[in-house]
Amino acid sequence: MAADSGAQQFPLPAILEYPSSTPPELITQGAEGRLYKSTYLLPSIPCALKYRPPKPWRHPVLDARLTRHRILSEARNLAKCRREGVPVPTVYATDESAGWLMMEWVAGGPVRAAINEWLQRRRDSEQAEGRSGDAIVEGTREEDADLVALLRRIGAAVGHMHKVGIVHGDLTTSNMMLRPWEKGKEPTNGHNVEGDGLLEGEIVIIDFGLASQSSSDEDRAVDLYVLERAFASTHPRAEKLFTAMLESAYKDAFKQAPIVLKKLEDVRMRGRKRSMLG
Amino acid sequence: MSTSSILETVQLEHIPSTHSVHIAVFRDVENAAFLHQQLLARNPDFEYALIDAGVITSSLQVLSAAFRAINVQVAGTMRTPNVHSEIVWSLSPNNNIAESYRRYGITPESRDLIIVKVLVTPLVSSSSSPPAVETDSDASAKPLLTPQTIEEHLLTHVKGRPVPFTDLTLGELTDWGRVRKYYKLNGVSWLDKIKDPATKDKEMNMLIMSGMALRGV
Ligand SMILES: Nc1ncnc2c1ncn2[C@@H]1O[C@H](COP(=O)(O)OP(=O)(O)OP(=O)(O)O)[C@@H](O)[C@H]1O
Ligand SMILES: [Mg+2]
Repeated sequence: MAADSGAQQFPLPAILEYPSSTPPELITQGAEGRLYKSTYLLPSIPCALKYRPPKPWRHPVLDARLTRHRILSEARNLAKCRREGVPVPTVYATDESAGWLMMEWVAGGPVRAAINEWLQRRRDSEQAEGRSGDAIVEGTREEDADLVALLRRIGAAVGHMHKVGIVHGDLTTSNMMLRPWEKGKEPTNGHNVEGDGLLEGEIVIIDFGLASQSSSDEDRAVDLYVLERAFASTHPRAEKLFTAMLESAYKDAFKQAPIVLKKLEDVRMRGRKRSMLG
Repeated sequence: MSTSSILETVQLEHIPSTHSVHIAVFRDVENAAFLHQQLLARNPDFEYALIDAGVITSSLQVLSAAFRAINVQVAGTMRTPNVHSEIVWSLSPNNNIAESYRRYGITPESRDLIIVKVLVTPLVSSSSSPPAVETDSDASAKPLLTPQTIEEHLLTHVKGRPVPFTDLTLGELTDWGRVRKYYKLNGVSWLDKIKDPATKDKEMNMLIMSGMALRGV
């Protein structure tokens, strides 16, 4: 298993070497950090542990300072969002000197995987009906209601986060989880009870490693632009629909949205110019 | 895992196996002033985390504080005299140590107490034999502590009614006014909009745990 070889290849942070009811599981291994699934306090409480190991290629003093800074900043921004009611994982514990941050485990999977799976199923069913399956998803068909509702929930979550003064810095559909609805949290409208349930769930924003406190409309617009580009490259067939739904739900969630969306136009323009030049 | 009637014994996840946590809860304690005095006098026989139950909403809150305190003890970075005072400070969302003793620790007026003892046993080969190995220098100083001796000590010296360490009993002892003030929950408007009481409790507990984790961050 990948997790096993990973665990052998890289030493665990000391905290995970201490006994637990089930061994920690390596979930992802990025350039900067590793994400483990483990348990906090009791065997019944799953947690995510983000570990930023020392980078041998960096000067040790600088490396330690950078790691501390990133762990602390991620913890602060998560805590700020949590307090303000933006759905993010709760911070359980941190040890910035040891380079780890322990937080609530979010059930479900990344939004990216859910949308990909949904698009795949849609393609399969279109092909079964003799169509090409590559058509743009307009959001007008009855079966598209689930996707429209999900995109709206993404827009609302991002709007809420911006409203409380946090910009994320790395908004992608991989950094959003789709957590199965908890009791009493399902929206009364805006979700399709008839669907296959693939896109059901609460949006939980994760990975605040590049987040910062900011109320700048320019920063917010860049956040939206990054998400828009990331979405377009992972799910091109739903790009147009995404932009429309994101913008409208973002407006509903956040009073200042019109100014941000205007800035977003400028940011897009600059992006286009840059790609024409480049 | 409980081995005795009034102590709840917990082996926390990701804590060295040498460390175990033992917790008792006493209601209607009549001699809080005496117990408080033992702490002030640094009487080593009373080295416990004596927590005022009013500021506690859940068992996880207590276990979180123990987890953090044991971690800093193991790392050698304690800023208070011992792991037990470190537990009390770990309940606080801010760095003021003296204030944390006053707010979360026992006071002469406390009525309900949560008492935590962290036992550190030397690694022993067999689990059936009692933890032995005292160094020569302090072998004469005090007998080795076990859950049994702790229980006896508490039953002898705490004049109160032992109750189980469960969320149910802890919930009856919570002083929400203080909790809301200390953990700054009063300005959190979305909390008050939650209708389902269980969901609301869970969210509040999460904010308390997050507040504790963010101390000094
Ligand atoms: N709290 C959590 N609960 C469940 N899964 C999580 C949680 N946090 C992260 N994950 C999973 O681990 C993956 C990586 O996490 P994250 O995005 O925070 O790390 P990263 O991208 O490596 O971090 P960074 O970009 O800061 O270096 C996520 O895509 C998600 O699948
Ligand atoms: Mg990520």
